[in-house]
Amino acid sequence: MIRLSKVSKQFRTGVFALENISFEVEKGEFVFLVGPTGSGKTTIFRLLTREALPTSGEIIVDNWDILKLPANKIPHLRKKIGVVFQDLKLLMDRTIFENVVLPLEVSGIKAEEAKKIAQDLMEKVGIEPHRDKFPIQLSGGELQRVAIARALILEPDILLADEPTGNLDQVTAMEIVKQLLEINKKGTTIIMATHNVDIIKSLSKRIISLNKGQLAKDTAPSHSLPKSDNIEKKEKKSPSTSQRYPEGHSGLKEDEDF
Amino acid sequence: MKTFKTTWRNIRRSPYQAIAAVFVMTLTFLFISFFTFLLYGSSKAINYFESRPQVTAFFRQEVKQTDIDNLKSDLRTTNKISNIRFVSKQDALKIYKEQNKNDPLLLELVTADILPASLEISTVKIEDLSGINTMLKESPLVSEVVFQKDVVSVLTSWTNALRSIGVGLIIVLSLVSIFIMVIIIGVKISQKKQDIEIMRLIGAGGWYIRWPFLFEGIFYGATGALLGWLISAGALWYATPMLSSFLKGIPIFPLPLVFIFGLLSIEIIVAVVLGMLSSFLAVLRYLK
Repeated sequence: MIRLSKVSKQFRTGVFALENISFEVEKGEFVFLVGPTGSGKTTIFRLLTREALPTSGEIIVDNWDILKLPANKIPHLRKKIGVVFQDLKLLMDRTIFENVVLPLEVSGIKAEEAKKIAQDLMEKVGIEPHRDKFPIQLSGGELQRVAIARALILEPDILLADEPTGNLDQVTAMEIVKQLLEINKKGTTIIMATHNVDIIKSLSKRIISLNKGQLAKDTAPSHSLPKSDNIEKKEKKSPSTSQRYPEGHSGLKEDEDF
Repeated sequence: MKTFKTTWRNIRRSPYQAIAAVFVMTLTFLFISFFTFLLYGSSKAINYFESRPQVTAFFRQEVKQTDIDNLKSDLRTTNKISNIRFVSKQDALKIYKEQNKNDPLLLELVTADILPASLEISTVKIEDLSGINTMLKESPLVSEVVFQKDVVSVLTSWTNALRSIGVGLIIVLSLVSIFIMVIIIGVKISQKKQDIEIMRLIGAGGWYIRWPFLFEGIFYGATGALLGWLISAGALWYATPMLSSFLKGIPIFPLPLVFIFGLLSIEIIVAVVLGMLSSFLAVLRYLK
């Protein structure tokens, strides 16, 4: 479904964001993309959506060669890939409903049909009561759900989630992950970039580790713990982010071990 | 439908820019409307003067009808006359009454006796007017000759000058409108840069993003044209009685409704083209 072969991305400054990265992701897989800040996780997502082009290498997404993709086909590619952006990228002057329904509008789906689809999806991710609010009126977790709903509304084959649990307390983070797992069960390929050690440890999923733009490790899923039990356990036990780290000790530092 | 909604939201959420754009377009089309009315009026006036007798000879009070008939025959023998009409004292009174029917005071004071009989003469060629004018002036029967060649030529040259100045001003105003609209829509595109980027990332095509801006330009143009036309048509309607009485006898007012609404249709079409062109230039410049 997704194949990166010897992909490098060099900035104009000469710095390599990615260097000689190769990996494949099969259809229906759930993959964690981990690594410290600046390791190249977001760059991979930007390459997969043709937001940026690699300096060298080959990228295939759903049989489409990203490098040879003509400009007029880019919107089609982006409709096949749902993205939960790190900074969410919600339109602040539109309501939650308008944000969620936007990809359907862009795709030319009829208003009535689009309304129904959006309504159902908002109910599923638990943001229906906020449909007429603006993003500024919602909490971090609720906004993440809005971003997930928008990413899923076109029923994409691939979902790229860039730090979807960033800045959320552990309980909310686990709820978001649970929703992503549900989506994955239905066959959507998911690549989730994260710093969150607890989430990664709690799930037996494939982990691709990046470090300074290079592929550090590609770990196959371990099956030590049944994943649903694991999530339940985390939901019950996990304290909020502020409780997890002692004063003066940032969570990021622990995350940067990846 | 969704594009129209987005266009309307863009307009509503930056009202001052929208007002500025509409104001500029209104000024342009207000000028175009006034100028068109002026040109229409002057061309009607020229037609009127051209269709009027080019030379009118007023006879002395004591002149007999046989003398007038002889003069008519003499004029005809020159072969320069295309039309000649005798206006008797009674006819002159009728014309006077018709022209002053709304002013009873003026009607009370005048009788047929004090009005002169006259000959209204048109020549085949305009250059023959001077000769006929001289011939009439030399006749002892004639007390006064009114020669309208100057009126027509002066009016024609004024109209031509007005047309040139007006067309020049319309071109300048249209260019200014386009530049201002490009700037306003460009600012709007810049303000929405982040939103546009997000829409592109979720799969929006180029035209999905461009159309609302193009419709916005069309809206500003059409609204400006409608307002400009409404103001000028309103002013014309208000001034018609005064202008009619001022230009007594020259049948210009009221302007035909077909002409006024025809002007509106043409202005709307021009405005749509201007608005769309401005938006398109802004989109080309700012939406890369």
